[in-house]
Amino acid sequence: MSTQNRYPVVPTVTVLAVMKVRLQGATKGHALLKKKADALTVRFRAILRQIIEAKEAMGQTMRESFFTLIEARYAAGDSIRHTVFDNVEQASIKVYAQQDNVAGVKIPKFEHVKVGTGTDLKMDLTGLGSGGQKIQNCRKSFTGAVELLVELANLQTAFITLDEALKVTNRRVNALENVVKPRLENTIAYIKGELDELEREEFFRLKKIQGKKQRDLEKIEKQKAEAMSAGGNAKVPSLLAVEDPDIVF
Amino acid sequence: MGYGFEALTYNIKDGYLEGIVRGHKTGLLTAADYNNLCQCETLDDIKLNLTATDYGEYLKDVPATLNTSTIVERCTQKLVDDWSHMRAHADEQLGTFLDYCTYGHMIDNVVLIVTGTMHDRDHTELLEKCHPLGMFDSIATLAVATSMRELYRLVLIDTPLAPYFSMNLTSEDLDEMNVEIMRNTLYKAYLDDFAQVCQKIGGSTAEVMGDMLAFEADRRALNITLNSIGTELTFDDRRKLYSNFGLLYPHGHQELSMAEDFEQVRAAMEKCPAYIPIFSRMSYGESQMLDKLLYEEEVRRSVLTFEQQFHYGVFYAYMKLREQEIRNIMWIAECVSQDQKSRIHDGIVFVF
Repeated sequence: MSTQNRYPVVPTVTVLAVMKVRLQGATKGHALLKKKADALTVRFRAILRQIIEAKEAMGQTMRESFFTLIEARYAAGDSIRHTVFDNVEQASIKVYAQQDNVAGVKIPKFEHVKVGTGTDLKMDLTGLGSGGQKIQNCRKSFTGAVELLVELANLQTAFITLDEALKVTNRRVNALENVVKPRLENTIAYIKGELDELEREEFFRLKKIQGKKQRDLEKIEKQKAEAMSAGGNAKVPSLLAVEDPDIVF
Repeated sequence: MGYGFEALTYNIKDGYLEGIVRGHKTGLLTAADYNNLCQCETLDDIKLNLTATDYGEYLKDVPATLNTSTIVERCTQKLVDDWSHMRAHADEQLGTFLDYCTYGHMIDNVVLIVTGTMHDRDHTELLEKCHPLGMFDSIATLAVATSMRELYRLVLIDTPLAPYFSMNLTSEDLDEMNVEIMRNTLYKAYLDDFAQVCQKIGGSTAEVMGDMLAFEADRRALNITLNSIGTELTFDDRRKLYSNFGLLYPHGHQELSMAEDFEQVRAAMEKCPAYIPIFSRMSYGESQMLDKLLYEEEVRRSVLTFEQQFHYGVFYAYMKLREQEIRNIMWIAECVSQDQKSRIHDGIVFVF
């Protein structure tokens, strides 16, 4: 029963109490971590599904946006790219990172913000002579693609961080379950075993003492009886003269 | 020269070139060629198909990693070579006409370099991006000017575009004016000037080219209106960008400049009988197809110019047809390379 799989402890009652407290802590910890692992798994599954959807949507959006690019080049002529390259000054979409907290796991969250300030007017008129509408279509579809990309980035970072956190938590849960608790239980069992043994020894010793005392009493009784019967009238020896050893517990 | 008398003297100076242009016209891709191109699966197939046509020698030494832009570049190179060959042989009057045809590209190049220098791009890179047809000798010096005023005074004064700049663009304008408005103002001045030159040449050139340029002017007016709906371009700015000739000239422009949405534009355009067929082919409220329909109309008119003889319109028409062909090839190549085969026919305008 108490195999080697236990903590090297001195089997005293105090250590037993400590072990009990530790066992309690381990059980509670295990329950909590189990809950956390479940929450993480639920969130993990949800994100997994979202990622699959986003990936499919991404494929389609990208194809669509690049097709609108061809239309724009077809309508506005090939050199429109150069004019657009030259006129662009600052980004029209900016991405901000924030911290999100899922079941205790810190996940970076990205947010895209449209910064459509002064540049809008300048770029609105591109391709005024021919194909301007196609260029605006192209612009819209690529903005949509960027938004999707940001969302996908969001999901993927969350996926990776959650995956890591999930592994760590599961490892802790299993560690608690398969290593720490059995060990604690074994230690407790071992200590209890030792204490029982001590008790039995103690009990045996007491009985031994009792037996000895019993025998002494009988001896005295016998002497007294003999004296009574021999001397009928002989002096009864006083008890004070009998020397008893001190009993020390 | 009176109408119809050019038949007597036309061939003396320009007969040879007219023969060449009509020869080039037969080299244009036919519907059969386009169908073969549409069946292609990869860019190499396209290259193979094109080697069978006039583009053969241009696509010979193409690098292994083929992409659409190299194909388009090589095809444009063919147009440029034909054009410069003809320009070299042209005599004075036809020469100026041929130059006028390329001023459109020249305006684009100048605007490109101007915006490029404003954003201090590297000059050699800018020159590479310019359209070869629109090059002129002093284009390199354009890059040297730092401020707009200097650019205007130093360089633009002796380019063919000088009158357009001086007429309606003051040098301060150059600095802060929106590049698109500048481009379209220049284009307007160019089209007006081109129309006058054609009238000066007279005879059937004036008649044929008058129609072609009128269509070009009206198309630009339509495009400017459509593309400026919902932007900050005010009505009178818009009106200023319309050319001073064309079927819509006095009345149509008035209405167009007031148009707020596509329906009003459509109503304005349909008042002019020549453009009714274009809009009839388009279902209501759907302005996506408009660009292609306008290209089709342009091709139709260009092919018509070849019906008449002894006029310069054939050169202008040839350039337009070749450019349309290059656009078709670019569309097919892009569709094939992005395997959007289902939409390949949306962009092709058949010439024959």
